[in-house]
Amino acid sequence: MSAETAAEHGATAAGHATEAASGGMPQLDFSTFPNQMFWLVVALVVLYFILSRVAMPRIGSVLAERTGTITNDIAAAETYKQQAAEAEAAYHKALDDARAAAAKVIEESRAEIQKELDLAIAKADAEIAARTAESEARIAEIRESAAEAVQTVAKDTTKEILSSFGVSADGRSVTSVVNARLKGGAA
Amino acid sequence: MAAEEHGEGLTFHPMDQFLVRPLFGHDGEVGVFTITNATLWLALSVLAIALLFIAGTRGRAIVPTRIQSVAELAYGFVHKMVEDVAGKDALKFFPYVFTLFLFILFSNFLGLLPMAFTPTAHIAVTAVLAIAVFLTVTIVGFVKNGAHFLELFWVKSAPLALRPVLAVIEVISYFVRPVSHSIRLAGNMTAGHAVIKVFAAFAPVILISGAVGVAVTPLSILAITAMYGLEILVAFIQAYVFAILTCVYLKDALHPAH
Repeated sequence: MSAETAAEHGATAAGHATEAASGGMPQLDFSTFPNQMFWLVVALVVLYFILSRVAMPRIGSVLAERTGTITNDIAAAETYKQQAAEAEAAYHKALDDARAAAAKVIEESRAEIQKELDLAIAKADAEIAARTAESEARIAEIRESAAEAVQTVAKDTTKEILSSFGVSADGRSVTSVVNARLKGGAA
Repeated sequence: MAAEEHGEGLTFHPMDQFLVRPLFGHDGEVGVFTITNATLWLALSVLAIALLFIAGTRGRAIVPTRIQSVAELAYGFVHKMVEDVAGKDALKFFPYVFTLFLFILFSNFLGLLPMAFTPTAHIAVTAVLAIAVFLTVTIVGFVKNGAHFLELFWVKSAPLALRPVLAVIEVISYFVRPVSHSIRLAGNMTAGHAVIKVFAAFAPVILISGAVGVAVTPLSILAITAMYGLEILVAFIQAYVFAILTCVYLKDALHPAH
């Protein structure tokens, strides 16, 4: 029952719709064509002037400006890169120079120190040699005086011994005897 | 059961959305200068384009805002299209192609708003656009190339015997261009919008008959959604097709030799 009613209503509605559209597509209702065409031309002319006089030159200039800016920035970046590379090279050169200078200073200092050291060693050696010689001289002197003292003591002792035996002996013979004995003893 | 119908029933008015009506007064007469719903939606298209391309680019920023980006993208898109398809010497027609493309694009998209009127669904509108392109191409062709423009119809690469036959075909196809150019756009717009309206008419079935409506209403709403998605695609593609065909025809006018 309800489906039938719906169908009835549908049919009635369809009939009304056909009436409203004056028997077909509104697109083919030629009475509205002059109106649509007139307003379309007005709209298109307005749109054309808006776009070609205002919008497009503006966007075109913005795009050109942007391209220019980007190109300039890339060129500037290239320059800065170049400068950075140069600075780096200069830095490395300065570093190498400083290293070379430092090595030179070290070498010089070392040579100087070596020279001073050699000098000091030579001086010390000379001093040592002088001291040694002096000491040897003293030792020889001491030895000599000791030998002399031994001779004197031996002579005196011999004289004393002879006198205590009651024998007086002349100094000359005693001296010769002692000397002979000392030589023999030494030998 | 009859009480649930609210006295409505199924109503099919898929073509009513294309009616041209006066905005003011109810005498129903549409004269040449009458302000109609068509006038309103044409004006809205122009206004929307002006808003995007003038208000949106007011900053002239080197680093664009989002809206300026959109404007620049559209500019670049059509600029590239004209240059690639029609050649560098066709760039003086760039404002013309840009105007056509934007007008069709915005009319198509604004027409997808509920209760909207779509000027590009009307053969009166698309015919004017197509005939304008046809006349432009023909006049530019003869002005640029003189009688050599007729070589467009004389296929040199074909055997001599075939050339007259081909010439007839070429001439016919040349004059059919504005017809296909305009009907393609109006037809696509009309069909899509009408189909959405038909599905929309099925949506209130649930108010009439619960049992049938449970199945039909969700289905029709789903169908409206799907068609709407498709129509968004069609709205762009038809504007693109119209613009690129204009470029192809311009290329013929500037370089008629096959």
